[in-house]
Amino acid sequence: MRKVGNVRKTFESELEELKGTLLRMVDLAERQLGDSMSALQTQNLTLANAVKQNDAEINALDDEINQKVIQLITQQQPVATDLRKIIVALKISTDMERIGDLAVNIAKSTLHIGDEPLIKPIVDIPKMADAVRVMLRKAFDAYDLEDIDLAFELAKEDDAIDEAYGRLIRELMGYMHRNPDHVNQITQLAFICRHLERVGDHVTNMAENIIFMVKGKTLNLNE
Amino acid sequence: MVQLMNRTENETQAAVSPLEAPVREAAKPVVYDTKQLNLWYGSHHALKNIDLPIRENEVTAIIGPSGCGKSTYIKTLNRMVELVDGVRTSGEILYRGRNIFEAKYSVEELRTRVGMVFQKPNPFPKSIYDNIAYGPRIHGIKNKKVLDEIVEQSLRGAAIWDEVKDRLNTNAYSLSGGQQQRICIARALAIEPDVILMDEPTSALDPISTLKVEELVQELKENYSIIIVTHNMQQAARISDKTAFFLNGEVIEFDDTDKIFQNPADQRTEDYISGRFG
Repeated sequence: MRKVGNVRKTFESELEELKGTLLRMVDLAERQLGDSMSALQTQNLTLANAVKQNDAEINALDDEINQKVIQLITQQQPVATDLRKIIVALKISTDMERIGDLAVNIAKSTLHIGDEPLIKPIVDIPKMADAVRVMLRKAFDAYDLEDIDLAFELAKEDDAIDEAYGRLIRELMGYMHRNPDHVNQITQLAFICRHLERVGDHVTNMAENIIFMVKGKTLNLNE
Repeated sequence: MVQLMNRTENETQAAVSPLEAPVREAAKPVVYDTKQLNLWYGSHHALKNIDLPIRENEVTAIIGPSGCGKSTYIKTLNRMVELVDGVRTSGEILYRGRNIFEAKYSVEELRTRVGMVFQKPNPFPKSIYDNIAYGPRIHGIKNKKVLDEIVEQSLRGAAIWDEVKDRLNTNAYSLSGGQQQRICIARALAIEPDVILMDEPTSALDPISTLKVEELVQELKENYSIIIVTHNMQQAARISDKTAFFLNGEVIEFDDTDKIFQNPADQRTEDYISGRFG
């Protein structure tokens, strides 16, 4: 039934290449997030600065994907699954680029806190960060394997992230009352929680896009 | 977005259900209803169990690889296919509710209701005016004023009036290919058809002429029902409301054009429109 010529083969390999670039981006975003969290936990300002610098790598991949998508649309005039794959790569790359920015924001908060001793050992924020990174790794697999069950799971996991965010913010507000001298540090920690919560939303967007790519139907998992 | 409130299991389910719920607008009346149509050229079974409802004021595109039966199908709709020796059919095609294969059905009348435009522009070697007036004259219209009016209306309808109004007496052959094709469309309009069949009407035209014919098709569907065979996937996607995908004499998939090109149900449709075969 299928007779695939060279032009079509080239297109398929370019689609694979696009997928590969995007997977590299997801991987990098996850690593940046991990590094930004280690930098916070150990108050390692050198590492925090490295996270800021490494963001250029994610941005470059985002540009590369944008260029590739434009090229494929003009050359191939794709339809159906091909078109959805291309559009979804474009959208997911925007989400990954934003996650990269959020990792940078976390690193900047760590730099703002500087070497001021932490008011208490932080435990729950890294836990939240771990949960977000697990989501990202699952999203990586869901995209790689086109597994929509995994994509649906991500929406539920994001609910847990949102819950943790609410709890942590209330807790940090309590600390603010009791530690008026550390308002800067506590505010920065609250920002970090907010950034992690946003990462969860971007991963949920990615999950929606994976479902769209596979099924051709749009749904909103972020509501 | 952040949601500080807990979400219930039910709400999560509700967010999932749209996957299963397609929304469709009310269907327009059917012009041509093809039921279990089979056609043989001698022993070659060219059309197999075709079921296809074609609706009023819509553009229906027929796509498929060469030899899939799409031209045969539209030539069956005005019974032109009977000009080929050894053609046999079974099943029925209801045009406005009446089976066109009925013994008493007048082919001439059918063809005044159903105009046709072909792949290669085929004007008569006559003046532009006489090309358009040809059909109405055959139907007995002799009044010059009436003919003038029909010629102008038809040429306007085919979006070529402004280009030819000052040279209606020049030979239609002197026009460009794209203009000739619009003359042929005007000629089809002059007999006031109900349906227009188009067999790859732009395959011999340059991109600008193609665009003009495509725009014309979009305008014409306000007043006519159009069935267009095309090899150009983007054209089908741009101008049609419904698309039927033919393969080896069968209709593999027939659906809204958006659905066919965004998310076809059949893998063979997907393979064809994505250029994996054909």
